[in-house]
Amino acid sequence: MSAQPAKALAETAAEFGLKAEEYALIVRRLNREPNLVELGVFSVMWSEHCSYKSSKRQLGKFPTKGAAVICGPGENAGVIDIGDGQACVFKMESHNHPSFIEPYQGAATGVGGIMRDVFTMGARPVALLNALRFGDPGHPKTRRLVAGVVAGIGGYGNCVGVPTVAGETNFHRGYDGNILVNAMCVGLADADKIFYSAAPAPGLPVVYFGSKTGRDGIHGATMASAEFDEASDEKRPTVQVGDPFAEKLLIEATLELMASGAVAAIQDMGAAGLTSSSVEMAGKGGLGIELDLDAVPQREDGLTAYEMMLSESQERMLAILKPGREADGRRIFEKWGLDAAVIGKTTESGHLVLRHRGEVVADVPLAPLFEDAPLYDRPWVAPAPQPRLAPADVPEPGDYAQAVLTLVSAPDMASKRWIWEQYDRHVMADTLEDSATGADAGIVRVHGTRKALAVTSDVTPRYVQADPYEGGKQAVAEAWRNLTAIGATPIAITDNLNFGNPERPEIMGQIVRAIDGMAEACRALSFPVVSGNVSLYNETNGAAIPPTPTVGGVGLLEDYARRADFAGMHGGQHLVLIGETRGELGCSMYLREVAGREDGAPPPVDLAAEKRNGDFVRAAIQSGQVSVVHDLSDGGLIAAAAEMALASGCGAQLNADDELPAHAWLFGEDQGRYLVATAAGDALLAAAEAQGVPARIVGAAGGDELAAPGVFSLSLARLRQAHEDWLPRYMGG
Amino acid sequence: MKAAVVVFPGSNCDRDCRTAIERSTGAEVAMVWHKETTLPEGVDLIVLPGGFSYGDYLRCGAMAALSPVMAEVKAAAGRGVAIVGICNGFQILCEAGLLPGALIRNEGLKYVCKPVALEVTNAQTRFTAGYAGRRQVTMTVGNGEGNYYADEATLERLEGEGQVVFRYVQNPNGSARRIAGVVNDRGNVLGLMPHPDRAFEPELGSADGAILFQSALASA
Repeated sequence: MSAQPAKALAETAAEFGLKAEEYALIVRRLNREPNLVELGVFSVMWSEHCSYKSSKRQLGKFPTKGAAVICGPGENAGVIDIGDGQACVFKMESHNHPSFIEPYQGAATGVGGIMRDVFTMGARPVALLNALRFGDPGHPKTRRLVAGVVAGIGGYGNCVGVPTVAGETNFHRGYDGNILVNAMCVGLADADKIFYSAAPAPGLPVVYFGSKTGRDGIHGATMASAEFDEASDEKRPTVQVGDPFAEKLLIEATLELMASGAVAAIQDMGAAGLTSSSVEMAGKGGLGIELDLDAVPQREDGLTAYEMMLSESQERMLAILKPGREADGRRIFEKWGLDAAVIGKTTESGHLVLRHRGEVVADVPLAPLFEDAPLYDRPWVAPAPQPRLAPADVPEPGDYAQAVLTLVSAPDMASKRWIWEQYDRHVMADTLEDSATGADAGIVRVHGTRKALAVTSDVTPRYVQADPYEGGKQAVAEAWRNLTAIGATPIAITDNLNFGNPERPEIMGQIVRAIDGMAEACRALSFPVVSGNVSLYNETNGAAIPPTPTVGGVGLLEDYARRADFAGMHGGQHLVLIGETRGELGCSMYLREVAGREDGAPPPVDLAAEKRNGDFVRAAIQSGQVSVVHDLSDGGLIAAAAEMALASGCGAQLNADDELPAHAWLFGEDQGRYLVATAAGDALLAAAEAQGVPARIVGAAGGDELAAPGVFSLSLARLRQAHEDWLPRYMGG
Repeated sequence: MKAAVVVFPGSNCDRDCRTAIERSTGAEVAMVWHKETTLPEGVDLIVLPGGFSYGDYLRCGAMAALSPVMAEVKAAAGRGVAIVGICNGFQILCEAGLLPGALIRNEGLKYVCKPVALEVTNAQTRFTAGYAGRRQVTMTVGNGEGNYYADEATLERLEGEGQVVFRYVQNPNGSARRIAGVVNDRGNVLGLMPHPDRAFEPELGSADGAILFQSALASA
């Protein structure tokens, strides 16, 4: 092995993102200095991205078990039981830093990576979602980033042929220097044919297949675990380049290989590529692994061992085959035109041993890499509480009609048609509801059955910023509410925790309290966490993003004919509001967009009321009593009514409240509420009363105006124009 | 009744086509890998599905048009077998010379996915006979290069011979004369950009696509 002066290596370690004490720990564990290859391996395995060293203690607070959970966090994706021997496999993951540096490829490879996590477990991907946060529309980089990210997501997902059915897009100056691109993939598998990564026995062949290895993406995981500064554009070479055609071939070949019975264990090569896949497979199996790097399919000559181990070239898989099954592999890889090679074998040594050009270039014990990564209990300070705002603390608008138009055309609220028309939402021919159709969640059928999966992605960063605990609760509750509002039974979530630098106590405080809140909501709503991803160090020049713990929720419809949307409102229906309204304007969309303020406490989430109200609404949908439902969230009652009116092509009139001023009544963002349109309003009220659920008739559907008599009225045409025009105008600008 | 769906590397609507044909006609559907050199005996309908064959690298459909199975598809076309190319399949048929014209980059330079209303311009083809009396049908498009192009003389000929079968009510991609689908001069090869394979049941938003498969197989 090469002998390098210790001082130089310690400096290199710092460049790789390792702290001095972490480097010292490596030396202690090895009883010697590492060489460059070994140092590279340690630095990626101990990056926050791979080791969760700052967040692991907090993540342990999440409930991860439940009657429907087949596999919780720790594998490539979570697995839940959806009955009839079928399972749903899903996960969300960030590609924030690469997407900021190179939006098209960053977003595209984010989609590719999350799909691999899902089909690696034996599931066919059936739906994609994405949660996007961009900077202020006025920031000079924003328009280019939106265009690039959207084109990248579409370019990859459309080509692979998995429908993109739901998502969310926000704009805020807090993301000016660090956008968020969170992609979620949902797949279907047979519950008894889930594949895992742990190597089962020594002496088995390790097979590499997929695209060749090149120099792209070296140290991507390390970059994803560092802050940004002005020089970040220089990191463009660390962004990987995606090839969706190769991914499509890889899906088909992987699923065919699994069906052949040849696979003993399998792992995709994602962040930290060959290093993390080989270390995890051997480490989880309590074994060792030996790789011959000369056998790795390579895109160019002269790749060093270091480059091969750290490359994040895309669309690559590592499988451990059952004894004597190499021929099955060869036949399948040849059919799909994929590069493949046996590059090593599992051993009993407990070591990762790498050979290259006749030399052993690395020999390190797996235990410290895999399970002895440093674990930090970072100091944190509790976020300062914000005052609760009473309606009187917030001015009423001078012109309500103008305020409503401002709200529906605000960047966060305006129609995202410009975005989702670039996504194939219908491929696979099982999409029942998508971004275009006026429903609170995307819905895809479980192919060939009456069942369907409901999927949603939610978080309200401005709430989390003001109160991480309540905001964390709200993110989980809103995902649960969106699934409930279409009549699905919520089952489990994946999370994507996007925060700033955890070494700063105030950021760590956001992480700790947001997770506390999320965990409490998960428990109260029986909505466990089955997979997730942590993205820290989302900062540029010391300015952290708004804390953004994105929640991806999955629910099940037993019979998709019994569901609700909000596009079927028609004249003659009553509008029934489920849930209590106290007129919470703190952190509201009204406060920010109309009053120009971002202060106050967010609306509190009463989890008992949330559950009671939601269970009532879901039962009413599943029994066929109601079929037009919308949850209340950003923009409150008036925004929900406006969205229903536009989706249905039918006007709505809202009554005044006896006590609250109009702005608190119409724009308040009290939680746990639903707006239902039904011809049998009285029957619904009676049913609600019997179950102790607050419900009242708040208006009527009909006509071609959205109005609150005596307060304002707007034609649907004007409302639609305001809602539809903003984004295309902005992107055309 | 027997149908075949050709699977190219990168096809992603092959299963959709199979499901659509099975559910709308009850026909037996064989999946044919692009390297095959024979087609199922007695096949009545051959479908080239949508997707991104060969990643749409080089030109959409250009490489798939050279796949081994395409020699058999051309021979079948010569025998009068019904052939439908949907989306990428339409692009492949143009590249293979089985249909006139070409599909170029959308006018708006972006991929576009949305439901579109279509005029059935000619309800007397073997693919559209079931639409007789229907002036408009609905299907969805999903393409980045669905902008139909042909020279003026070709367009005139297509119009004059009734070979323009579907026309967009509102042009989503800049297609010449709002053309969404054309047949060859013999009337047995149809290419269209909208997806009948995503419109075969009311819960998908439209069942209008089912009629196309029913007509194609009824005529066999």
